[in-house]
Amino acid sequence: MRTRAIVSRQLSQRVAFGLLVLATIIVVVPALLIILKIVISGAGTIGWEFLTQPPSQAGKAGGIFPAIVGTFYLMLGTFVFSLPIGVMAGIYLAEYAPRNWLTRAINMAIINLAGVPSIVYGLFGLGVFVLALNLGMSLLAATLTLACQALAMTITTSREAILAVPREYREGSLAIGATKWQTVRHLILPQARPGIITGAVLAMSRAAGETAPILVVGAAFLMRGLPQSPSDQFMALAYHLYTVAAHVPGMPKDTIWAVALVLLVVVLSFNVLATIIRLRTRQRRYG
Amino acid sequence: MTKQSASAAAAEGLEKNLRRRWRFGERIIEGWVFLTGLLAIAVLLGIVVLLLKEGVPIFFHTPPWEFFFGTKWYPVSEPPTFGIMPFFVSTLMVTLVATAIAVPVGVGCAAYLAEVATPRVRETAKPLIELLAGIPSVVMGLIGLMLLSPLVQSIFNLPTGLCGLTAGIMLSLMSLPIIVSVSEDALRAVPDEFRQAAYALGATRWEVIKYVSIPAALSGVAAAIMLGVGRAIGETMTVLMVAGGALAVPHSPTEPMTPMTAAIASGIGNAVKGGLQYQALFAIGLILFIMTLAVNLIADKVLERQKQKFAR
Repeated sequence: MRTRAIVSRQLSQRVAFGLLVLATIIVVVPALLIILKIVISGAGTIGWEFLTQPPSQAGKAGGIFPAIVGTFYLMLGTFVFSLPIGVMAGIYLAEYAPRNWLTRAINMAIINLAGVPSIVYGLFGLGVFVLALNLGMSLLAATLTLACQALAMTITTSREAILAVPREYREGSLAIGATKWQTVRHLILPQARPGIITGAVLAMSRAAGETAPILVVGAAFLMRGLPQSPSDQFMALAYHLYTVAAHVPGMPKDTIWAVALVLLVVVLSFNVLATIIRLRTRQRRYG
Repeated sequence: MTKQSASAAAAEGLEKNLRRRWRFGERIIEGWVFLTGLLAIAVLLGIVVLLLKEGVPIFFHTPPWEFFFGTKWYPVSEPPTFGIMPFFVSTLMVTLVATAIAVPVGVGCAAYLAEVATPRVRETAKPLIELLAGIPSVVMGLIGLMLLSPLVQSIFNLPTGLCGLTAGIMLSLMSLPIIVSVSEDALRAVPDEFRQAAYALGATRWEVIKYVSIPAALSGVAAAIMLGVGRAIGETMTVLMVAGGALAVPHSPTEPMTPMTAAIASGIGNAVKGGLQYQALFAIGLILFIMTLAVNLIADKVLERQKQKFAR
């Protein structure tokens, strides 16, 4: 009787662990399959011409050069606008903010900003940058919209990186007569720099993949040339992928997969870059 | 007054002057970083104000009751009608499908990684999960469009594979990473003494997971699920490309449909600034914003409580 109970308990453990392994496989395998499929189907089309020529025949022929350049402009703009503000806000929250309702409100706002759907950021960008500030459907308006979206991430990562700097640094610096800002500027920021950069690079990777906001703010589907100024219209990889996949009838499938592959390479390479920065500093500090 | 004390006083004055200058500089910097901190609030408030300003006027045309419960969305007919019931029901259906798949799978995976897996398995699985989180939503939409929808169409014998079910399955993949990572953190925060006490009573490993770890981490797991739901509600590109885009109130997830996010994305290009459709779309954005805000606020509160539970 007793042994039978033990056997059945062990059996149920076996079954349960089998299910847990299955769940883990369901989580892990799709990512691999998706990337494999995109690489296999897309790699054949990618060549020098595809990467360096403007599109022709509604994207069916030619290349995607303007979209690649547009995406890099968007990433660069997101970095330039969201990093300084993110760092400053991070410094404030980590070093200066008193423990009061206002600080709690700021932290709450940041958490919620991170959860706002990207399409709502698109509406925000349309209402504020495109229409109210009259920037039009331009590269600048799209960049500012994406930078607003990235803000939650750059602030959070900066704050965490600054908070991770040991207390002794601050105490030592203040003890030899440095002011608070000198301490922050010369001791804390250099220590926190890798963490801050990691966050900013991740934010760039996200900005490259975002489609909904620039769809609302108005990316162009086809452009022969490159944007000449921030107030010009622009193409972007993510938006280009959406249009060729969903709106161009008779689009050659290989071309669609090739666009997806280029986008994936851009997004994931910046993801990996962030991971490398993080791992390298961890090794240097504790290894 | 001697010469010496005069020079001492001068030195002191100089030092005071210097210190004041320092203090002045410090003040400016302090004020500046404070202002950038406020910017986060400003953006959030800006979003709220904008959505209210552009969205609320639609209620002068369509009363809230008709807007929420109306089943007809004809923005360009004469006279136009704006009922968002089709979009709301679609969002609900798609989110339900996504949650039904992502919760058991995500929590199971988290339990495996936190409680059973060897460090080596965990170190391999984690980057792959991060990879899944890093795939852009438009690429997920493409996968749904090209690979999953033909599959769903043939398995369920449907007229079209572009439907709520396909969108829900893709959304489940997209909300899995957050569910797994937050649940795993919650499970890892359960003190080891709990498990050891259960082992001492003769429990098997599975019984420990089932009766000790998961119940102890339950509020964290609940927060993880809410964050996953928030993700699914707000996701745009995948549902825009895969859900089918029909404008009637769907009766089952196997029908084509238009969730709220997709309604905004597909309509905003044709909407004239300040026009009725423009206002109606901003009002949908407002509702979407409130829904995700509520989900995130609750999840944050629950997580905070969970953190305090085992804090020593």
